[in-house]
Amino acid sequence: MQQSNAYIIIFSVILTVVLGLLLSGTSEVLKPIQKKAEELDTKKQILGAVVPAEQISRMKAEEINQFYESRIASKVVNIAGEEVEEQDGVQVTAENIDVAKNYKKAPEDRLYPVFIFHEEGNEEAANAYIFPVYGSGLWDNIWGYLALQTDMATIEGITFSHAGETPGLGARITSPEVQQRYKEKSIYSESGELVSVVMQKGEGKDYSGEPHKVDGLSGATITAEGVNKMLKNYLEHYQSYMERKKEGTPKMALN
Amino acid sequence: MSTETAEKSPALKDSEDLLSKRRKKLITDPLVDDNPITIQVLGICSALAVTTQMQPTLVMALSVIFVMVMSNLTISLLRNKIPTRVRIIVQLAVVASLVTLVNEVLKAFAYDMYKELSVFVGLIITNCIVMGRLEAYALGNKPYDSVLDGFGSALGYSWIILTVAFFRELWGSGSLFGIPVFDSISSLFGEDFQLATNGLMVSPVGAFIILGLLIWVQRSKTGYVEH
Repeated sequence: MQQSNAYIIIFSVILTVVLGLLLSGTSEVLKPIQKKAEELDTKKQILGAVVPAEQISRMKAEEINQFYESRIASKVVNIAGEEVEEQDGVQVTAENIDVAKNYKKAPEDRLYPVFIFHEEGNEEAANAYIFPVYGSGLWDNIWGYLALQTDMATIEGITFSHAGETPGLGARITSPEVQQRYKEKSIYSESGELVSVVMQKGEGKDYSGEPHKVDGLSGATITAEGVNKMLKNYLEHYQSYMERKKEGTPKMALN
Repeated sequence: MSTETAEKSPALKDSEDLLSKRRKKLITDPLVDDNPITIQVLGICSALAVTTQMQPTLVMALSVIFVMVMSNLTISLLRNKIPTRVRIIVQLAVVASLVTLVNEVLKAFAYDMYKELSVFVGLIITNCIVMGRLEAYALGNKPYDSVLDGFGSALGYSWIILTVAFFRELWGSGSLFGIPVFDSISSLFGEDFQLATNGLMVSPVGAFIILGLLIWVQRSKTGYVEH
């Protein structure tokens, strides 16, 4: 009786409309909250490069916002290392730059955010510079934040995130234990060349004496290669900025 | 109506207790005797994927309970209106909408969990337990009974994945809900003593082993044999 085609079509249309309204309604209501959650997560990732993970996980959302506010300053630079304040007449802020979107452009056209970890209330007294990095792993994109000490060569800390690496293998780049390996490594060779830090093949070797190598991830060679490429690429993109800063540092130290 | 696939419950008196014996069975049966994972062996995929740690597993369990109860309720309310020929699509649409709802809520209020679980929450749609109960029960029974049935099945699923997660996190990462249990135990025995964790437990293989052991223990107790 109720099986006529007309009935089926009408039923389907009503169902679609009802479910569609329900979902778009929820999405609309929740959007501002989701946006806040996303921003908080980005701040956590940025801070993760310079603050131990346990400390961050203990902090409440408000504390993180406050900490970020008082300790992080941000800038936007271009490939030449020049500060950019507006693009196409629109003001740019580092927090609003979508690194993933910029990744699709040619390196010369991208905007590069720089986050400066400084003493509380004093933006001049920088403790570390944090650079977002972005690349691809085995299955999907990977990204992270690399913090350099003020000599612009020694790694202060690093955080990685990923969209779809294999759990237990490539996804291990998010574990503090793996990120710890990058600490105190140097991205410049003794002759002053940018060599980045390279994750090696295989796992379990001790690279503590070698400033440009870190222990690898067994079973996740392609992810590790992605990480290496990502670091190398973005360090090159940020190189001009780093050089500029390096020239500036001795003067500041003399004061 | 799709009577050929739906289990018909016996004719009922109008005034049945809210939790009569029959209704209690709807909840308790899927816990052990008719457990969706260990007996029907459904929903294994997510049981393997999300169970490395207790916290995401708990969120997953709650999500599945919500989706199953709500979808069973909706389908049961609509059961006389749903055209038989498109009933699977209707079920799918309802389940998918509920899952999207869960995902959106997680994204807003538990972003860390959302990042960790988002793929697997999405996969609740394809969890055979959900569609299975809709098709087998909700299409042929009254709303309240269907809700209980969905709740029971979801609980049966939940306690199994939580048990698996308990062993996997404890054994694989030496912690429970992120609290380092192994470290605290080890420190009781002095400096040199350190309980070792097993990397196998962190990989999906570990879940297979725990699940296999669970099924073994359960079947040797209940005497259940597959026909």
